[in-house]
Amino acid sequence: MTKEELKAKLTEFNPTAVFDEAGEWLNVSIEASEWLPLAQQLRNSAELDFDFLFSVTGVDWKTHLTVVYHLRSIKHGHIIVVKAKCDRAKPEIETVCNIWKTAELNEREAYDLFGIIFLNHPDLRRLFLTDDWEGWPLRKDYVDEINIIKL
Amino acid sequence: MISLEHISQSIHEALSASLNPTLVLLIEMAIAGILVISLFAVLGLVLVFMERKVSAYMQIRLGPNRVGYKGFAQTAADTLKLLIKEGLTPDGADKFLFNLAPLLVIVVAMLIMAPIAFTKGFQLWDINIGVLYVSAVSSVGVIGILMAGWASNNKYSLLGAMRSGAQIVSYELSAGLSVLTIVILVGSLSINDIIASQQNGWWIFKGHIPVLISFVIFVIAVTAETNRAPFDLAEAESELTAGFHTEYSGMRFALFFLAEYVNIFIVCAIGATLFFGGWMPFHIGSWEEFNHVMDFIPGIVWFFGKIFSLIFLIMWFRWTFPRLRVDQLLNLEWKYLLPIAMFNLLLTTVMAITGFYIK
Amino acid sequence: MQYEEIATTEEGNLVINVGPQHPATHGVMHLVITMNGETILNVEPHLGYIHRSIEKMCESLSYRQFIYSTSRMDYLSSHINNHGCALAVEKGLQIEVPERAKVIRILMDELTRIASHVLWWGAMAMDVGALTPFFHAFRERELINDIMEETCGARLTMNYMVPGGVMTDLHPNFVKKVKEFVAFFRTKIDEYDTLVTYNVIFQERMKNVGVISAADAVSFGCTGPVLRACGVKSDIRKLAPYDGYEKLNFEEPLETAGDSYARYLVRMRELRESLSIIDQLIDNIPEGDFQAKTKAVLKLPKGEFYSRVETARGEFGVYIISEGGLTPYRIHFRSPGFANLSCLNHIAKGQKIGDLVAMMGTLDLVIPDIDR
Repeated sequence: MTKEELKAKLTEFNPTAVFDEAGEWLNVSIEASEWLPLAQQLRNSAELDFDFLFSVTGVDWKTHLTVVYHLRSIKHGHIIVVKAKCDRAKPEIETVCNIWKTAELNEREAYDLFGIIFLNHPDLRRLFLTDDWEGWPLRKDYVDEINIIKL
Repeated sequence: MISLEHISQSIHEALSASLNPTLVLLIEMAIAGILVISLFAVLGLVLVFMERKVSAYMQIRLGPNRVGYKGFAQTAADTLKLLIKEGLTPDGADKFLFNLAPLLVIVVAMLIMAPIAFTKGFQLWDINIGVLYVSAVSSVGVIGILMAGWASNNKYSLLGAMRSGAQIVSYELSAGLSVLTIVILVGSLSINDIIASQQNGWWIFKGHIPVLISFVIFVIAVTAETNRAPFDLAEAESELTAGFHTEYSGMRFALFFLAEYVNIFIVCAIGATLFFGGWMPFHIGSWEEFNHVMDFIPGIVWFFGKIFSLIFLIMWFRWTFPRLRVDQLLNLEWKYLLPIAMFNLLLTTVMAITGFYIK
Repeated sequence: MQYEEIATTEEGNLVINVGPQHPATHGVMHLVITMNGETILNVEPHLGYIHRSIEKMCESLSYRQFIYSTSRMDYLSSHINNHGCALAVEKGLQIEVPERAKVIRILMDELTRIASHVLWWGAMAMDVGALTPFFHAFRERELINDIMEETCGARLTMNYMVPGGVMTDLHPNFVKKVKEFVAFFRTKIDEYDTLVTYNVIFQERMKNVGVISAADAVSFGCTGPVLRACGVKSDIRKLAPYDGYEKLNFEEPLETAGDSYARYLVRMRELRESLSIIDQLIDNIPEGDFQAKTKAVLKLPKGEFYSRVETARGEFGVYIISEGGLTPYRIHFRSPGFANLSCLNHIAKGQKIGDLVAMMGTLDLVIPDIDR
């Protein structure tokens, strides 16, 4: 599917989504609450069939957080980037680890480093850092006087 | 010609001439004890050095080559290091069993030495059930391993010990059955009788295919019994770190290490005795001249030559094969080796009754 | 006498810690395994023992500097990691890389892939208990390291790829040495097969162990040989060719069984494919610049750039978000090892502990790549 076709298809599912076609792949920006239904559509629709979630990460935009999902369809070969916007004070988004199993560890990583809470995640704990770590290191306002050397 | 038989004989006569028989026996036992212990020490050094050189050769390395001439003193230096190292006992361990285990393992290894005939007339104990004795005593060693694994209070040790227990108990059967083939052909359990029966040729040549099969089974089974790769599941470095001796250090570890090598030596000695005629030189039937020439090489040289060839074979296995999994290991024994060994035993019995073998 | 309670679950299953110091994890990974006897019920990886937060570090490094931190992630395919980062920066700046640099990059990538697979072969054989292959593997790896040392000046973290090309030109001995190596290695691959591949014990240990279906492998995000062993085409060099891979004639090895042995065979065939790629290029290195003219200070335009490369372990992705400054606003690395690790629990359930070690071997986990 080309970008236009993907865009048309996605507008059917989610009329409020904002598209950005500037980059290599189609970017879709949505609200965090819209993510789970859209994810199910992306995975289950036979035309889209996005079965391969190859990257899950968070980005701190200072005003809000986004969770960025990179999806590919093994069968069709098309790629889409979904950006779900979360509230910075209370970042909550539904987990997708029932849809793509790889999300389980990747979401734990995003929780560990950004503090994004994935609702209904089976095992949401710190992944890399120790359990008693304070703060979310990859957020822009994270301060660590000892370990971070600024350029 | 001076032989070990003459030496031992003359020592006995010299002692008997001046002392009463009980004292003679005590002194002779002390001498034998010292000999066994020094043989152990030398074996440990030689075999460890051999293993390191063999593995180095197979792994395109040089191996130890700095300490002493061509690295010969390397194992001695290592032993010295192990001697002066602190032997730690973990807090949670059962201290009594933990310390007893290496002792038991090494004592068992020493006990098996008794009926082995090194050369004509040079044997600690000429017992008429030598083969049975060896099979019986060698099974006791597993208790030491189980003890070590249990007493260490370490899960890796426990797993290793359990594996070892299952493994040794199973492979004992095949080893026993393959030994029985020779016993049937000879009609005696005595080590000396077995060697004497190979006067006109070793069993491996005289016994046709059944003996060949039992030799192969014997080699596989004893490799498993001594916990050597590809059957080193009890240690399984990549799975269980060091298996049953994970918690051992210093001299206690060295005793396990030594026992492993001594056990290899002993099972190879048994193998050489049963299948390759022990100290009996290479004889071919009625070729008197040829046999006479062969007799010029002393029996002890023959015996050790055979043992070390077998040891080399077992080392070769270790540095070539990957390790089996625990269920595959037991499958191999119960589904393949044991039925084959039993059938082979039947075949040998038929052969012995019909006399269809080179007498 | 007082005994410490041996840790068990309520059902009486044994809980065992493999790592962080354990010979099978090849690094500091920590697995908590619940077992019933020798059978594994659950594997839970505990990560982070060498987490350096490279992503955070990169936020304060310039676009020339951050590339070098990626050598420290998957240290066995550091060239390819560097390559991926260089591609992302080039994408942002729209730098045209000279033909010579492209060929050099591919040559280096494939040599790295061989070195990585060779080491994997040795280490995996060691995992299943054969110690000798490890030394044989290192003999060949040393030759590659020598070649790298001459041209790049380093043997492990080469840091050779820069935005716009490569850092220096090839050493005069390069072509000769690579040819020697290729000729030598072709004979050794057959030796590998006789020593390990055809070994009955080895095949018994590998076949029908750690089976993963294609659908599961995709869902777990597995890439590289792990996914190709399930019969799914996933080679980035074929799907989205970069730097001239589209001009080369090579195959993407596929197996269908999805077990440890299939993963093993895929990697062994990849070795031969890499050799054939090197053969195609080594006599045809074009003359010209080895580096495009770039500004001293690189500034990426505002936007997002994602580049993908195929490392020895799978798909490596670099996701750069730029706000137009001297340093990236945010960088995310999609590491193949992290995704491949996530299927470990799935494939290890119900297997023996000895198989777990073999499976970890065939997944080819490199711990710094997982922890980042």
